Amino acid sequence: MKYAFLFYVEDRVWEEMPKMDEEAIKAESAGYDASLMDEGHLILAQALQSIQSSTTLRVRSEKVLLTDGPFAETKEQLCGFVVAEARDLNEALGLASKSPLARLGSVEVRPCMGMAG
Amino acid sequence: MGEDGGAESLRLFIERLYREESRRVLATLIRLVGDIDLAEDSMHDAFASALAKWRLEGAPTNPRAWLVSAGRFKAIDSLRRRSRFNASLRELADRLEGQARARQGETEALFDDRLRLIFLCCHPALSLEAQVALTLRETCGLRTEEIARAFLVDGSTLAQRIVRAKAKIRDARIPYEVPTRREMSGRLDAVLRVIYLVYNEGYFASAGDALSREELSAEAIRLGRLLSELLPEGEVFGLLGLMLLNESRRCARSDADGDLILLDEQDRSLWSRELIAEGSSLAKRALASQDPGPYSIQAAIAAVHAEAQSAAATDWRRIAAYYDRLADKDPSPVVALNRAVAFAMRDGPSVGLELIDGILERGDLEGYHLAHAARADLCRRLGMNAEARRSYERALELAQQGPERRFLERRLLDLTVERHPAPALKGLKEE
Repeated sequence: MKYAFLFYVEDRVWEEMPKMDEEAIKAESAGYDASLMDEGHLILAQALQSIQSSTTLRVRSEKVLLTDGPFAETKEQLCGFVVAEARDLNEALGLASKSPLARLGSVEVRPCMGMAG
Repeated sequence: MGEDGGAESLRLFIERLYREESRRVLATLIRLVGDIDLAEDSMHDAFASALAKWRLEGAPTNPRAWLVSAGRFKAIDSLRRRSRFNASLRELADRLEGQARARQGETEALFDDRLRLIFLCCHPALSLEAQVALTLRETCGLRTEEIARAFLVDGSTLAQRIVRAKAKIRDARIPYEVPTRREMSGRLDAVLRVIYLVYNEGYFASAGDALSREELSAEAIRLGRLLSELLPEGEVFGLLGLMLLNESRRCARSDADGDLILLDEQDRSLWSRELIAEGSSLAKRALASQDPGPYSIQAAIAAVHAEAQSAAATDWRRIAAYYDRLADKDPSPVVALNRAVAFAMRDGPSVGLELIDGILERGDLEGYHLAHAARADLCRRLGMNAEARRSYERALELAQQGPERRFLERRLLDLTVERHPAPALKGLKEE
């Protein structure tokens, strides 16, 4: 079964983090993705740029409406996601808990919709 | 006895079997058919067909295995009926039937099936309310309406909660398994929390006048006993011991009107010696385990209270020492409050008052009536009646439960009465 791991971290955490630590987190994240790959779990992993560069779009009455920034005004922002194959929720939770981002923020583990669903 | 007598005794036999074995049958069926609702429906079908079949053929030598096997084939039948609309159900039915034919003997319940069920119902990916509702329904066999009544929630709200939880188990694929050693401690904490919450809901009702709901507490104790059989670990013994020690005082903790009687004013001859003996020995066993957890330490504290001949004979030195250990394991404000009360008993009320004022200043327990009631009590013992009155009044504003409110009102009244013996002062003030 496929699960999406959605990583949320407060922007403040990145802003206040010393450059060196940020590099270390990036390296650790890359290692995390690689180990998911090696164990045959990884389907897709993608880090995202900061919300400063984000744009939200809606179509209403056939008109495209744009706003600056993410849809929800929350403290924690989506900063990356992984799609992984896991036997069940327990395995998925185990995999998600190894990400360094789980220590910095939170991870939402959401099952993907099946083909037939 | 004619044929009717035979039918009647078979019906009674099956009813007893349902009470004693239905949870075990269900736990095994969930493993075999992979779905709670399907397993439940099939189990009920199996019990119904037992009544018809056994009347003709007599009861089998191993009724439980018969029920599991019958339930398994009922599940396959029901999947086949539904598979006309859904091809994936046909595949599932074929697969289950293949397994059923290949491994007939598997219908023997595995020792840990019930443990799987407990861990499934208390999976931390479910909300705490859902964990409690599912545990009571699936593991204890309570009906949805009974659970709703016990927790003073609307029946349809509770039914909805259970439906959602089952949907999450299915859709997110929460597995039916006992956690591995590595996951165990976190997962066991969740199970113990659910059991203790059920116990306490039966011991201290959170609202309304029903102070004791023995059935709910009895259910929690049954679950604790089952768990200590299936998973004999320190904290499991600790929780069971703690529940039994609390339970030993049930008869002494309220008067005929349902009013609360505090520990130091209880008639100790009403305490159940039997439960105290069992609870204390569990507490000792738990405390002797490697790195005892919070339930084990709380059980040890309850055992010290239970073993004291009178309130005055309570060994507060030991209790205060246990509270130090407990605060170390569980740095919550409620534990800090109880520790402060224990210190007050050991070192005098002014020591306790200083600690409680510190806790209240941090703000965590500002809305907790027992914190203000404890403060009021210490002020009263120090003769600070105006302060005591203020704190009792604050506690009364926050307390919801009838007996607790009446207790606080009585204490407030006592403060007023106690002032009468000083008429000179009173007179002076009035003039």
